[in-house]
Amino acid sequence: MELVFNAEATMLRDTMSRFIEREYSFQARKRRLVLPDGFCRDTWKSLAELGALAAALPVEAGGLGAGAMGTLIISEACGRGLIVEPYLATVVLGGGLLELAATSVHRPLLERLTEGSCLLAFAHSEPESESDFGGITTRAMETRAGFSLSGRKNAVIHGATADMLIVSACVGGAAADSTRLSLFLVDRRDSALQLRGYRTIDGLQAADIAFDGVTVPRAALLGEPGEARPVIDHVLARANAALCAEATGAMQSLLERTVAYLRTRQQFGQPLARFQALQHRMADMAMHVELARSMAYLVALQVDGVDATARERVVSAAKARVCIAASFVGKQAIQLHGGIGMTDALDVSHYFRRLTAITRTLGDEAFHLDRFAAATP
Amino acid sequence: MLLELAPDDRAFRDEVRAFLRERLDPSLAKRVREHGRVSAAELVQWQKTLYRQGWFAPAWPTEWGGAAWPALRQYIFDEEYHAAAAPPVIAFGRDLLGPVLMKFGSDAQRQHYLPRILASDDWWCQGYSEPGAGSDLASLRTTAELRGDHYLINGQKTWTTLAQHANMMFCLVRTRSDGKKQEGISFILIDMATPGITVRPITLLDGEPEVNEVWFEDVVVPVANRIGDEGRGWTYAKHLLGHERTGIAGIGIAKREIDYLKELAASVRRHGRPLLEDREFRSRVARVEIELMALEMTNLRLLAAPPGSGPGWEVSMLKVRGTEILQEISELQLEVAGCSGLEVDAPGAARTRGAASARYLNLRKLSIFGGSNEIQRNIIAQQIVGG
Repeated sequence: MELVFNAEATMLRDTMSRFIEREYSFQARKRRLVLPDGFCRDTWKSLAELGALAAALPVEAGGLGAGAMGTLIISEACGRGLIVEPYLATVVLGGGLLELAATSVHRPLLERLTEGSCLLAFAHSEPESESDFGGITTRAMETRAGFSLSGRKNAVIHGATADMLIVSACVGGAAADSTRLSLFLVDRRDSALQLRGYRTIDGLQAADIAFDGVTVPRAALLGEPGEARPVIDHVLARANAALCAEATGAMQSLLERTVAYLRTRQQFGQPLARFQALQHRMADMAMHVELARSMAYLVALQVDGVDATARERVVSAAKARVCIAASFVGKQAIQLHGGIGMTDALDVSHYFRRLTAITRTLGDEAFHLDRFAAATP
Repeated sequence: MLLELAPDDRAFRDEVRAFLRERLDPSLAKRVREHGRVSAAELVQWQKTLYRQGWFAPAWPTEWGGAAWPALRQYIFDEEYHAAAAPPVIAFGRDLLGPVLMKFGSDAQRQHYLPRILASDDWWCQGYSEPGAGSDLASLRTTAELRGDHYLINGQKTWTTLAQHANMMFCLVRTRSDGKKQEGISFILIDMATPGITVRPITLLDGEPEVNEVWFEDVVVPVANRIGDEGRGWTYAKHLLGHERTGIAGIGIAKREIDYLKELAASVRRHGRPLLEDREFRSRVARVEIELMALEMTNLRLLAAPPGSGPGWEVSMLKVRGTEILQEISELQLEVAGCSGLEVDAPGAARTRGAASARYLNLRKLSIFGGSNEIQRNIIAQQIVGG
């Protein structure tokens, strides 16, 4: 039972805090948002140099071995700084799939990822199966040279700016067993893709991608055919753990900003922070943040260490609780700021938008409550 | 337990389990679990059993006969204790007076009272609240007038829990009425058999006389019964606040109550199937279970952290959320019991169908006592807002 950060974890946390303070002011973030990619590739390189992209990976895969606690620390910093670079998409999702599924053929890709020279996105969810992650209908037909992919993927995070997409599909025709998934590496610049990129409310971006007989070579198959489901489930669990940590970071920032604002904003001749109704609201926000943080820790401690059933249970408990907290803290932060909280000019509304997006990503509160209940005797 | 225990902690847990299996009367445990009545004599007998095992005071130092377990061990003990449905200890002497005596009492006081607390030879009640001093406790008005070698006490305490069984009271009294109101308060020990004391039970909404009014009319108490200095009682009483870290959240009790809730909900039907399988109901149970996980993890983080490293308001959070969770569970249990749960069991008789409603009614107290949840939110807000 390790509930206190060890020396390495503390160092990583301090490194990330300094990075956010130095490089990621709200104004600096705004400048990144208007770049052609919607984020800054130099920043991505800096994160690589800091070791953030390699931190969580096992040492034998070229990482620093910080594991899920490393992901937690970095994600929490991403939440505090509202980082727009593709940490979740490339490192947690893409890197996780490579780490758990790749054979020696694709190992070099992991190295390029940690150097910051290859961006990945995971094309998994589909229009009909957004929240249950099952029912994948994208098909991969075997051809003489490799595979032909057909199907539609939607809300692929960073799908339009990644270098490579990892696409989930079932091998075979319409009658293929949809529980037997395979993963394929597809060049995002492949002209056969029908890709529509768009901004999401949190300033990040996603893409809807249609595959209409997109051919890929046999070497594009990542791992064993038909065996990807456990890997996908594990990586989605890690991604939800990362989202819990990111939300905690964002909530902590919102709480601090709200407290600071209420201390200075004068109405009726005194600071708003003197009013008990508002004090109690802040107390409730603070409790939500702490409880959410506890769940982010709990899931980080267990996401790689317990069997699949226990893992899904704790992930769902954590995500459901974090969604409740994110919704409460986000809405109250705007409410307590009043009109100024509604503006695009203030970071409060940007935190709120990111938190809202997190509550809709990889399963919402209702989905996770259901899944938790089903997994709990 | 939420997290895996180290092997020596597991061995400790097994030892606690074995003890409870051997020494806790199953029929008593069943009554505790099902919210039945437990008599004062049964409680004292059980507390003496714990005492003989050396486990009555897990947090006390060994020099005073405590177990001096580290926080995690106390937590494990608590969890096993409540999972086995052992009756909750009447903890006023052990948890509230004991630490004050150890820190501020005279040698004579410590040597006389601490062993008696440990052996449950005295039943202590807490004389703090007054009709005009609830959340604003420092406004208390019961006076203690110095008359040579004794004080003359006049006034009234209220909400005094189980004072009808107590032979001793630790009490906050006013020894000076000028100056800052906190500075005129003294901490004094009173023998309940002293002439001039009247105890009047207050019947609460569940029909039980759990609390009392206690009247003092020219009650003579030796000066030797005062703890520490005159006028410092407020400081002594406050010494305790914020130190209780293991038990205040009530995690162990809440876990048992959720198990019991599920057992009840599996045995009644809604829309032709067990209520527990009703999606809407199950979802509400899931919410409480998740709240409890979050609170337990918060509690464990707090126990693992070096003292003083947290935000400073953790204990208030444990109290607020712990009590809210227990109240939510009792509400769900009431729902399961349905209208047959409304039956009022005869006073003193065994509890039957009315247990759920009696419990629900009784647990309203949780968010009021021990510093109301509003006061706790004030404390949290003051800490995060500062100055």
